[in-house]
Amino acid sequence: MLAKRIIPCLDIKDGKVVKGVNFEGIRAVGDPVELGAEYSREGADELVFLDITASHEGRKTFKELVTKIAEHISIPFTVGGGINELKDVEALLEAGADKVSVNSAALRNPSLIDQIAKAFGSQVCTVAIDANFTGDVPEWMCYVNGGRIMTDKRLFDWAKEAESRGAGEILFTSMNHDGVKQGFAVEALSELSTSLSIPVIASGGAGEMSHFKDVFEAGKADAALAASIFHFHQIGIKDLKVYLDGEGIPVRIV
Amino acid sequence: MKVAIIKYNAGNIFSVECAMRRLGVESILTDDENIIRSADKVIFPGVGEAETTMNYLRSHGMDKLICSLTQPVLGICIGLQLMCKSSEEANNGKVECLGIFDTDVVRFSNKDFTTEQKVPHMGWNTVINCGSSPLLKGVDGDQYFYYVHSYRANVCNDTTAITKYEKPYSAILEKNNFHAVQFHPEKSGMIGEAILRNFLDL
Repeated sequence: MLAKRIIPCLDIKDGKVVKGVNFEGIRAVGDPVELGAEYSREGADELVFLDITASHEGRKTFKELVTKIAEHISIPFTVGGGINELKDVEALLEAGADKVSVNSAALRNPSLIDQIAKAFGSQVCTVAIDANFTGDVPEWMCYVNGGRIMTDKRLFDWAKEAESRGAGEILFTSMNHDGVKQGFAVEALSELSTSLSIPVIASGGAGEMSHFKDVFEAGKADAALAASIFHFHQIGIKDLKVYLDGEGIPVRIV
Repeated sequence: MKVAIIKYNAGNIFSVECAMRRLGVESILTDDENIIRSADKVIFPGVGEAETTMNYLRSHGMDKLICSLTQPVLGICIGLQLMCKSSEEANNGKVECLGIFDTDVVRFSNKDFTTEQKVPHMGWNTVINCGSSPLLKGVDGDQYFYYVHSYRANVCNDTTAITKYEKPYSAILEKNNFHAVQFHPEKSGMIGEAILRNFLDL
């Protein structure tokens, strides 16, 4: 049976792991390769590394880091952040990444998804969407630039479009829930997962183990991503999987 | 030990080289016939599209080379699919492949699914040992391995392990010196490394 995936996310700045609270207030927590290897040993199913460095020098450091990760870690990993065009994707895949995650660049230039899918296959192309439930008549709207600028795209429309252009997965982060630790955006996730035929990764809001049960059962997510609760050892991945297994959710326990 | 990894127009081969290095084995990525023929073990890995990769193998004479190898050969993912008789992953709906295993590769179809299932089949799924696979030596019970694919090889006489994604399909195919896995052992953590170790020990 296909297992539900638990994915720790590591934000990388200048070669170090950091995690923001509500996309701001960043602090460093550790070495990416070491942390990634530890998560892999505990039973993480995949890893996501997001480069939040903007500088040219930082990009080079990140590419070198991707190769180190590929050399040392034996589970799949996705990299994202700062991907603007096809040649950025090519460089990261060449460095050893299994998948790439595109966000703002795809919203600005949707044909980037088609290009990636055509050149490397849908399976390498994760489309990340940061959305906020907002407005006078509230709706889920997509944001770019790390959640700083609202676009005119609605979450569900954009996810559908991304799928039809060749996205292999959707990574949906609810900005309303991110960093608050009160649970995932279960209703929106359920709607998203039901309306798409590609896997949906839930992100934003994990605070306790029961939130993961909710996101897989009520939220119908295929995978759940979290950062700080894992980095700060609030929840151990192995403990989480044993709990989910006890709740009847198919997970891989190592 | 000399391990040759077949170099052709498929992606994601670096991860196989990395996995070999983690097992303490230096591999050679090559399309040189003499080096491949003289290797102790040959790995035929990759992620790619069946028709494009098959055309490349044919135009470089590598189809005949692979079929005539006598040492242990391990196909991974698209490697497994190309070792079957044919694949539906082609512009006109069918491409003839190497024909080492007596089965065809078909697309996961929503018609097969009674409940909603997603394609590609992506993530960790259990491999069910049919009893005779040397690659699964020492692997207890039905373990999870990492998969990413949209096409599957039907179950046949060469199937030594299956995976169920609504319908059962071939997770491992084996015939004489030819072995092939649909999952990615190089991305399947410790248990994946055990499979690769078993292959190197053949």
